[in-house]
Amino acid sequence: MKGHIHSTESFGTVDGPGIRFVIFYQGCPMRCLYCHNPDTWTIGGGDGNLRTVQSILDEYDGVKEFLQGGGITATGGEPLVQMEFLTELFEAAKKKKIHTCLDTSGILYRSEKRAEFDRLMAVTDLVMLDIKHIDEQEHIKLTKHSNQHILEFAMYLKEKKIPVWIRHVVVPGYTLNEKYLHQLGRFLADLDNLKALDVLPYHTMGEVKYENLGIDYPLKGVPPATKEQAIEAKNIILEGIKERLREEIHKDTD
Amino acid sequence: MADTMANAWEGFVGGAWEKSIDVRDFIQKNYTPYEGDESFLAGPTEATKTLWNEVMELFKQERENGGVLDMDTKIVSTVDSHDAGYIHKDLEQIVGLQTDKPLKRSLQPFGGIRMAEEACKSYGYEVDPEISYIFKHYRKTHNEGVFDVYTPEMRSARHNAIITGLPDAYGRGRIIGDYRRVALYGVDRLIADKEYQKSTVCGTMTEEKIRLREELADQIKALKALKNMASKYGYDISKPAANAKEAIQWTYFAYLAAVKDQNGAAMSLGRTSTFLDIYIQRDLENGILTEEQAQEYIDHFIMKLRMVKFARTPEYNALFSGDPQWVTESIGGMGIDGRTLVTKTSFRYLHTLENLGTAPEPNLTVLWSKRLPTAFKHYCAKLSINTSSFQYENDDLMRVTHGDDYAIACCVSSMRVGKEMQFFGARANLAKCLLYAINGGVDERIDAKTGKHNQVGPKYRKVEGDYLDYDDVMEKYIDMMEWLAKLYVDTLNCIHYMHDKYCYEALQMALHDRDVKRYFATGIAGMSVVADSLSAIKYAKVKCIRDEYGVVVDFEVEGDFPKYGNNDDRVDSIAVEILNKFMDMIRSNYCYRNGVPTTSILTITSNVVYGKKTGNTPDGRKKGQPLAPGANPMHGRDTHGAAASMASVAKLPWKNAQDGISNTFTIIPDALGKDSSVFAGDIDIASIREAMEKE
Repeated sequence: MKGHIHSTESFGTVDGPGIRFVIFYQGCPMRCLYCHNPDTWTIGGGDGNLRTVQSILDEYDGVKEFLQGGGITATGGEPLVQMEFLTELFEAAKKKKIHTCLDTSGILYRSEKRAEFDRLMAVTDLVMLDIKHIDEQEHIKLTKHSNQHILEFAMYLKEKKIPVWIRHVVVPGYTLNEKYLHQLGRFLADLDNLKALDVLPYHTMGEVKYENLGIDYPLKGVPPATKEQAIEAKNIILEGIKERLREEIHKDTD
Repeated sequence: MADTMANAWEGFVGGAWEKSIDVRDFIQKNYTPYEGDESFLAGPTEATKTLWNEVMELFKQERENGGVLDMDTKIVSTVDSHDAGYIHKDLEQIVGLQTDKPLKRSLQPFGGIRMAEEACKSYGYEVDPEISYIFKHYRKTHNEGVFDVYTPEMRSARHNAIITGLPDAYGRGRIIGDYRRVALYGVDRLIADKEYQKSTVCGTMTEEKIRLREELADQIKALKALKNMASKYGYDISKPAANAKEAIQWTYFAYLAAVKDQNGAAMSLGRTSTFLDIYIQRDLENGILTEEQAQEYIDHFIMKLRMVKFARTPEYNALFSGDPQWVTESIGGMGIDGRTLVTKTSFRYLHTLENLGTAPEPNLTVLWSKRLPTAFKHYCAKLSINTSSFQYENDDLMRVTHGDDYAIACCVSSMRVGKEMQFFGARANLAKCLLYAINGGVDERIDAKTGKHNQVGPKYRKVEGDYLDYDDVMEKYIDMMEWLAKLYVDTLNCIHYMHDKYCYEALQMALHDRDVKRYFATGIAGMSVVADSLSAIKYAKVKCIRDEYGVVVDFEVEGDFPKYGNNDDRVDSIAVEILNKFMDMIRSNYCYRNGVPTTSILTITSNVVYGKKTGNTPDGRKKGQPLAPGANPMHGRDTHGAAASMASVAKLPWKNAQDGISNTFTIIPDALGKDSSVFAGDIDIASIREAMEKE
């Protein structure tokens, strides 16, 4: 079986623990306004190359000495678009004892496909779940999809005890909002499988790709978020987590 | 003399080093490996701050003055040519300047009087006419000697820039004196040793022996001059250094003598930190030195090294992108017995970047091993992030060849201190050589003087037809490389013969053993352009575009091809093949003084100038565009990230590029990992809850 792969990066330092070999899957159903990889949108071809599991792992082998403490990360695009190929890759990687990390929006999770997800999760060491927005209506504005399946996926990961990192992009005027950040924190308080919180300040480096592809940039004029804003957002989310835990503790003791 | 030795060496573990000149043995028997962290370090003293502010002010004046503060136009610089000079005598713990005033550039015409004149002229100074007259009429220079013997073919290759950056008009440098010997033994012992060496060169006076006797005589004179120079500063360095301050001072005097004697392209310091640590450690243990004082000595020593300057021409500075001295100091590494060579003074040297702020010189070079102490690795990483001011080299690789007392000259040239030296060899432009192969030895550019293409290489058959054929080009390229390798080595033979004759590094060689191993260094420019060009010819279609003279001056590439820098064997193997072939061709030629041939792929700055002089290449690079630095992939062609890019470079076999392979690597800090202030990487809901329950 072959997969549509947009590209690979041999020295990924921001997509999971350690230095990682990052595989960018081609194709994504979401159209997030701030997406910085519009070149990976097209499903079933586009700019992607058809690659076998073996060729990807061979490429990994060529640089594995540099990747101590790391592993492979599947990102995209949305890797779950090619779930079968993804599962095959992770199964083969686990046979070689390679740490596997899935970077996903969770948008394609469906409880009726549980068996397939169980098979994938059996070979997944870490999920980086990108929650675009905690509020459903705002999520639709931002991505043209509801966040219902995404939040279900989060609960599924909790149930499966899969370690999870939550990623959240703070965009001025969209997600950089105290109420929603707080609300996100309250949601995360329930995830006892949560290992890290990765707040990413929105940047405009993707804009040039839109120009190259001849697509209008939807967030034209929106300023990048500053590091200070990201730290502030992180603190609000953490505060939200604590608030909910505090309430629960009180409830228990009452 | 025995008494002075006994006093100076009190407390040291004795051994072979007492009987013969053997600094490594002294280090191994006496040094204290340090595996701790940087918490012991001391900040700058008030004297250091005041002094450094004064130096910074001088640097500022120098910049405002157009690049030099003052130039000596009358006194020809030799080891003891100048009276003592100071920045601020009362504050300086370590003394000694190249001339009588700080930052005043010395006059060094032995490499070439014209270069010295041009250097002065470009900053509005004029060399004393009498000095000019002497060096044009009575005292021949290295430069004059070389041009007396150059063949027309050599001149043409030089003019057309297929061989570039040759040290034929300036000092070759790349020799590291073992400056530590002066501190450990004192100059008198070294002179006695050299006298003995001279007495061993006897019997039938062959040319070789006569030359060696003359060189040893010059070395002895240089050592005597060194003593005289130090005496002008009120120091008697005939005997060994008796404490830490003296050890640093003696070592610095020896280095200072070298830069007064030679305006070399790279005047590296060696590997001094662990050596000096032995003296500092002894004084600390004896309670006669504090950490503040130890750091102050080191700070003042490094300050002096930052002030080393030479009079050079704007063209020279353009070639090297600045005015580098390459005062390289090698730090750390592992011993062959498994102990680390990191000492507290390794930290103290790096710490100068914090006490004095960042600086490009001295070129602090950490000899990196997987087995370095973790705390030292962390300190290096921290300082790299904060200062971007030092470089790393692979100790695990070089230790196998050079043992554990080697140092780096210039940027990557490794040699055992005091036992090996190098004849610096500039580089051959292999990218241009490929164009010569295609055009039958004709240069691809129009010569401004003649208005046509020059026939530089041999008139071999040129490429015919519209499209380049891999086998055909490769065959022609190998022939052209054979020609180039021979011409290149012959040219270097002329240069080094004349440098030895007219600009001999007597002081530096006095701080070597009698019989040194001489590396005959060569270099390669344009490696990645060659690899990509041949890959384009092999895997895509490359069409030739000829001008009205029938010379191929441009190429059209149809289709894609594997590019060097992506860990793709199809093209990486071409780079390896070219390197191996070229090195073997270099080896097959006669090298001056039985030099051991090596090559390097390390053009860190001059690749820009070489690129300017190279026409369009079959990889799609346009004429005038820079070649990639060193062994780097061409800019923007490595599309699979840093590890893949480095894996390509790492395939080049060091045994065939023993003079060094460089890979200039720039990365924005954010791409190296998560910022811990934004990224919360240790969340555990259960423990948060637990902590809150306790509240």
